[in-house]
Amino acid sequence: MLQFILRRIAVLVPTFIGVSLIAFSFIRLLPGDPVILMAGEHGMTPAQHAAAMHALGLDKSLPLQYLDYLGGVLTGDFGSSVVTKRPVIDEFFSRFPATLELSICAMILAVGIGIPAGMLAAIKRGSVLEQGIMGTALIGYSMPIFWWGPLLIILFSGILGWTPVSGRISLMYYFPTPTGFMLIDSLLSGQEGAFTSALSHLVLPAIVLATIPLAVIARQTRSAMLEVLGEDYVRTARAKGMPPRRVVGIHALRNAMIPVVTTIGLQVGVLMAGAILTETIFSWPGIGKWMVDSVFRRDYPVIQGGLLIIAIIIMLVNLAVDVLYGFINPRIRHT
Amino acid sequence: MALLEIENLSVSFQTSGGMFRAVHDISLTCDQGEILSIVGESGSGKSVAMLALMGLLPWTASVEAKRLAFQGNDLRAMGPRARRKVIGREMAMIFQEPMSSLNPCFTVGFQLGESLRKHLGLGRKERREKAIELLKQVGIPAPEKRLNVFPHQLSGGMSQRVMIAMALACDPKLLIADEPTTALDVTIQAQILELLVDLQKKKDMALILITHDMGVVAETAERVQVQYAGEKVEEQHVKDLFADPHHPYTAALLAALPERATDKRLPAIPGVVPGQYDRPEGCLFSPRCRYADDLCRRSVKRQGPEFGGALCNYPLVNGRPTGKEEANAMDDVTS
Repeated sequence: MLQFILRRIAVLVPTFIGVSLIAFSFIRLLPGDPVILMAGEHGMTPAQHAAAMHALGLDKSLPLQYLDYLGGVLTGDFGSSVVTKRPVIDEFFSRFPATLELSICAMILAVGIGIPAGMLAAIKRGSVLEQGIMGTALIGYSMPIFWWGPLLIILFSGILGWTPVSGRISLMYYFPTPTGFMLIDSLLSGQEGAFTSALSHLVLPAIVLATIPLAVIARQTRSAMLEVLGEDYVRTARAKGMPPRRVVGIHALRNAMIPVVTTIGLQVGVLMAGAILTETIFSWPGIGKWMVDSVFRRDYPVIQGGLLIIAIIIMLVNLAVDVLYGFINPRIRHT
Repeated sequence: MALLEIENLSVSFQTSGGMFRAVHDISLTCDQGEILSIVGESGSGKSVAMLALMGLLPWTASVEAKRLAFQGNDLRAMGPRARRKVIGREMAMIFQEPMSSLNPCFTVGFQLGESLRKHLGLGRKERREKAIELLKQVGIPAPEKRLNVFPHQLSGGMSQRVMIAMALACDPKLLIADEPTTALDVTIQAQILELLVDLQKKKDMALILITHDMGVVAETAERVQVQYAGEKVEEQHVKDLFADPHHPYTAALLAALPERATDKRLPAIPGVVPGQYDRPEGCLFSPRCRYADDLCRRSVKRQGPEFGGALCNYPLVNGRPTGKEEANAMDDVTS
């Protein structure tokens, strides 16, 4: 098992180099000069411009800039924001908990509803229920976030007035945030109504972000389950006199989970991409919104640093999924 | 009272082309300590009839029977819960493909222990002891070590031994073996058959052996039932069946045995078992039968026990059809 994990980690190295190269070059393909943007409406002399370019290392050749950058990354230095002058890594981690909280809640929704819905659709094959679940999943999968989000806001915040429109918590509350997770911190603060406020802010963005992964997971669970239910070992379990609950919930589900876990791992990437849109729509102060703002400001170090950190996180999550896969599927573990 | 009594069992499947009758009016009985063999080509409904008895058919199947009794209790009158107390405990089944019949995600010990817990309510330690004892019984070396092994680490023969151990876990009164040796190589086939017969004698249980291998029948069975296209065509004691088959189909099956062939060319039965769309009128075997005449293509009658209950107008005696002259004479008189 240890060897299996080490081999997986070894595969990450070339992936990392590829991702860093892409993050580095993409941002330089964007039109616009960060130094001119920094100067704003005051403008600057060519000499000042050259000095600023030199100070930022932008006058060096691209390969040299890349090597400088890679060297910094490997020592934990992702550079500093040209706008706020704070280290990228600090800015990232001050915003990351908000995104993490949103993503975790979205994932809980997606897995918690997607898997049972997929199982139900598989068991009730050919029924109206199955068609309903699969039809809803298809609609959810096809729903663009930039449309689905405002739609929910109009209904629940506008017409019904049940939830707030944006932010993480009502401005009425102020308390220290040791964990960075608003749900937990609001509970810890002991302030009355704080938790409810945090939760009501979270609900809509979490639903919006969860919709696509939920649909994908439900569909994948259904097809995996249908395949597994026809297997010989499911018949064996029934031949042993096992109740349907156990046949489906243990014998079939464990096998059906093998492809589903892979899908869940892949959805983490979808979640990160979705977070950018969702956070922008709901003014959620996470890394998605931070990245979008940085693009508009041509904040090179932030964009490439943020991109790289997100990529690293996705890679690590997929590593975790691979390891988990080994636990679920004994055939992988022993080869 | 026989241990198992099946009277006029019919099984139909709902298909896109209408109902397909896979088993038609099959009756059989099996006593304690007896080995009954059911033979027939693929598609003759051998497995389907036994799966119907076990309640393992998919929901597209509809099962009808005049009587379906085990130990005098009608299985159809039982609720699913009561029936699951019989299945896997009093009545067990092993299948054709041992490699895919074991759940790849669980250890041998888990899969063995499951029945022991459900039906016998044994604790963890007792389950382990009993599982080791069962594995020893089916001739698996170093059983303590095998408990923690996953099915993919076992060979086909070993898997079938584990399947047998699982089936015997609760000392069933009846064991149904559905072509247990088909997927195994020849040397292992003999071992598994020997093991089955040996255990059957030791435990004094009834064994229903489904096979299409006449060699297996000759070696193991006491009573033989021949099925063709979902119908029972003959039933005899094994010695009598081999000496004097009454149904032309049985005779053709026996003639096709390589051991019995005298010509250079192995005799074969022309054609295939009729499917859903090409079922003939009258005798289902008539298109492939060398003795069939117009009467056979219109109707067929069941003979008495003196002809092994053969479903044939002109049952064979010592290889010659009987009653044909009289029928022809009758035809001459009437015409």
